[in-house]
Amino acid sequence: MSNSILKNTENSYGLIAIMFHWLMAISIFSLFGLGLYMVELTYYDAWYKGSLDLHKNIGITLFVALMLRIVWRVVNVTPKNADESASEIEKKAAHYAHLALYGLMVFLMISGYLISTADGRAIDVFGLLSIPALPLDFANQEDIAGIIHEVLAWTLILLSAGHALAALKHHFINKNDTLVRMVKVIPRK
Amino acid sequence: MKKTLITTTLATTLLASSLFAAIAPNTALAADYKVDVKGAHASVQFKIKHLGYSWLLGRFNTFDGNFSYDDKSPNNAKINIEIDTKSIDSNHAERDKHLKGKDFLNVSNFPKATFVSNSIKFSDDENAIVTGEFTLKGVTKTISFPVVKIGEGEDPWGGYRAGFSGTTHFKLADYGITYNLGPASTQVEMSLNIEGVRI
Repeated sequence: MSNSILKNTENSYGLIAIMFHWLMAISIFSLFGLGLYMVELTYYDAWYKGSLDLHKNIGITLFVALMLRIVWRVVNVTPKNADESASEIEKKAAHYAHLALYGLMVFLMISGYLISTADGRAIDVFGLLSIPALPLDFANQEDIAGIIHEVLAWTLILLSAGHALAALKHHFINKNDTLVRMVKVIPRK
Repeated sequence: MKKTLITTTLATTLLASSLFAAIAPNTALAADYKVDVKGAHASVQFKIKHLGYSWLLGRFNTFDGNFSYDDKSPNNAKINIEIDTKSIDSNHAERDKHLKGKDFLNVSNFPKATFVSNSIKFSDDENAIVTGEFTLKGVTKTISFPVVKIGEGEDPWGGYRAGFSGTTHFKLADYGITYNLGPASTQVEMSLNIEGVRI
């Protein structure tokens, strides 16, 4: 596998960026579903505890992935817009929507971490390592962080849905390769 | 005639002063106390069985109250306590978040729990039965429970203190908390340990 497949180019995303994108997309949507489901579970449901543990484990893993993804994005070339004929407003909107998606992911994960660590307890990740609480806390931390977590989660999901619809619009209406190049690496011309 | 008048006057005076003497302790000596929440010589704790296998203890960190008590007329004692429900603390943030939510205390709608006594009947110097209105999650019920006077006296810093301890238990469902914690966990025990500083 040559470098040209792994890394981004002027007109294509590389395999690593594509993997980050889809693995995180699947994980985040799964976590959203799991989150909605687990808060409805009652005390005597067998998965009452396990669902929360899994949610936290995946969440922490995602945070690590997100940090790596951001580093990868910064050190890599950002491909040109797939449709250079798009209006400036459309390009700007796409750019800020992408930034917002990153920002939402960061704050969503931090708020989740703040719920579970509000009492100073560490988060155990798959029994392999434990992420300690911050040495500071604030009053009713678990409640405030909980509300923020819920609002950010819905915002992220709605914005992602808009992001997906925009991609479909580019594919089916504008008929450009915005979506295609996030699915496969387009070889250098 | 004169003698009768003097006798009557004397009798009236005696009657009046004895009446006064009977009332006096209640007014002149009635002691009001403020619960020493500042110095944290008071606590509101709860206890509930976990699955029927062990006791889980928690407390409410923020509350306030007053009581009046006088050992000359203990049955005129009164107490009122106000608890900030969102200060519930079971030493586990995720559980506390759940307890504060709609499944349990619904603290955003019901931020206060209160107890106001109607009567306090001492059976001896130390033991009494308190009856009063307990309000939790918007439901008010009359409850009775035993309290014990622990002691009273001067403190080393110029104040005067008295302390009591009481425990009661009730069904969570009586106060609209119907979340299923299992058959062994339908009742909760609450203890109040208070020290008051005379004001």
